[in-house]
Amino acid sequence: MAEVRIENLKKSFGAVEVLKDIDLHVEDGSFVVLVGPSGCGKSTLLRSIAGLEPVTDGTITIGGRKVNDLAPAQREIAMVFQSYALYPHMDVAANMGFGLKFAGTPKAEIEARVGEAARILQLEPLLKRRPRELSGGQRQRVAIGRAIVRKPQVFLFDEPLSNLDAALRINTRVEIAKLHKLLAATIVYVTHDQVEAMTLADKIVVMNHGRIEQQGKPLELYYKPANLFVAGFIGSPAMNFFPGTVTPDGIDLGADGMLAVPLPAAGLGCKVTLGIRPEHMRIAGDEGGGPRLATVVELVERLGETGYVHLRLPSGTVAIAEIRGDTGLRTGDHAAVALDPAHLHLFGPDGRRIS
Amino acid sequence: MRKPLSAFMVHAILGLYTLLALFPIVLVVMNSFKAKRAIFNTPLRPPLPSNFDPIGYARVFDDSSLAFYYLNSITVTVGTIFFTLLFGAMAAWALTEYKFRWNTLLALFLSIGIMVPIRLGSVAIIQLVAELNLINTLTALILVYTAQNLPLAIFILSEFIAQIPKDLREAARCDGLSEYNIFFHIILPLIRPAMATVAVFTMIPVWNDLWFPLLLAPAGGKQTITLGVQQFLGQYITDWNAVLAALSTAIVPVLLLYVIFSRQLIRGLTSGAVK
Repeated sequence: MAEVRIENLKKSFGAVEVLKDIDLHVEDGSFVVLVGPSGCGKSTLLRSIAGLEPVTDGTITIGGRKVNDLAPAQREIAMVFQSYALYPHMDVAANMGFGLKFAGTPKAEIEARVGEAARILQLEPLLKRRPRELSGGQRQRVAIGRAIVRKPQVFLFDEPLSNLDAALRINTRVEIAKLHKLLAATIVYVTHDQVEAMTLADKIVVMNHGRIEQQGKPLELYYKPANLFVAGFIGSPAMNFFPGTVTPDGIDLGADGMLAVPLPAAGLGCKVTLGIRPEHMRIAGDEGGGPRLATVVELVERLGETGYVHLRLPSGTVAIAEIRGDTGLRTGDHAAVALDPAHLHLFGPDGRRIS
Repeated sequence: MRKPLSAFMVHAILGLYTLLALFPIVLVVMNSFKAKRAIFNTPLRPPLPSNFDPIGYARVFDDSSLAFYYLNSITVTVGTIFFTLLFGAMAAWALTEYKFRWNTLLALFLSIGIMVPIRLGSVAIIQLVAELNLINTLTALILVYTAQNLPLAIFILSEFIAQIPKDLREAARCDGLSEYNIFFHIILPLIRPAMATVAVFTMIPVWNDLWFPLLLAPAGGKQTITLGVQQFLGQYITDWNAVLAALSTAIVPVLLLYVIFSRQLIRGLTSGAVK
């Protein structure tokens, strides 16, 4: 296994810049997840690492070797495609051993490696089947097996779970996490599903418009998002945002009232955005201190033990708060909501976090 | 749910067409087994023991040059199919997979060949073949037929290749295959049904053609069977037994080739590749 280092990477399609100055370090044996909305450049970045997409500028090093001008196979990477991309005219064993065959690996070794991968992925009974005789989950495992047998320096996954149904997706996610531990593999994984990102990653890289917005440990991104985009992208339901102005008494939310919170480093009169996650908002009675907002209940979603209540503020902004158990809230009720001051996020006019 | 009546109508029409199409062939095969007198007196009757006469076949098989004509026809047809498929698939792969200057223009240029009949260029072709010293060779025929059939082959194969998911080619690149290996080990097996279609399209006109054998290889033992049969057609006497027997036997090789290729026309080979 090896580390991957990407420096000042740029990629343009004609006049359109799809990757702008990407710097990324994937440590040896770590699981890095690239996440972001459609068209943010995450797949292009992965394909650039794979060598399927030539880059315009910058360097990619895998295991200390500059690979910019190397063909995909010479980069010692293995890619698992969203569509699995199994060769339809070959059985499972041939699919997995295909790359080795062309690399001139002795037949006995191919068989040994394919057998080993099949054992790990529980594909042994399926080795003589064709891809069309397999279910989606099995095809996915074959695609992963094809990657394993090549013993690559880096595994690249391009949205591998998005063609699976919900139950299978959770299973396979767990399988991939186990596999990562078992193989001590370096993995770069692209997804648009932030749950996959949170559960699998050692490091999450949030991308938007061809830039890296933030990279870090999953909980670091969750608790300390660097900017508005990351704050809104990570977490479900999304973080609530309230626009306001810094005043000597706290933050003035206009029609929604004044929040007495510790003053941020930003100067007085500065326009800021206040963010708070649903689980850090509590439906409160009249007693108790701390910052609070007066709201009207618009909708209650019950999921069981937890639920979400949609609250309309006087300004018309709708916020979502998490509730536990049966609160007896109904649409139209007036409710005061207390904000946990420890978990308030403040973002400046440029969208960056203010500590 | 289809109404049984309309299904019956469809079958009736198809059956009628089949009868119509098979009639001349049946007539030829039937009469090839009859004595000369019976061919003229009762052309529509099947051969009976009383008028059965395999004299035509005897003459065809006795004539040693005719065996060579069969071989020539088979060589030309198989050679044309081989080169048309090989070059057609390669060109189609290049035109669909690689983006280069003049890509679209080249594809358009090739598609012109579908519309312009090659026979318009016969004079130029004869001059070219003569200058290459290829008159009365099978090479000349194979070259001309390959050129004639390439445009349509490229057109059909491009469509099929474009339908092969991009991920498959990229997976193969990640697996370390060279572009040639991707073509031969991934693309070719996946477009087999399309190649069979092209082979059938190519094969029948080539087998039946009289024009180019007459112009390019009319002598020197390089005649094809369509041309070879002409030796039985004289200005004053025509050996109808031999003509009919030669025509009947000429059906066999092309029928065999058709059976071979139609087996490849199995659909759904690519299903299960992705998704």
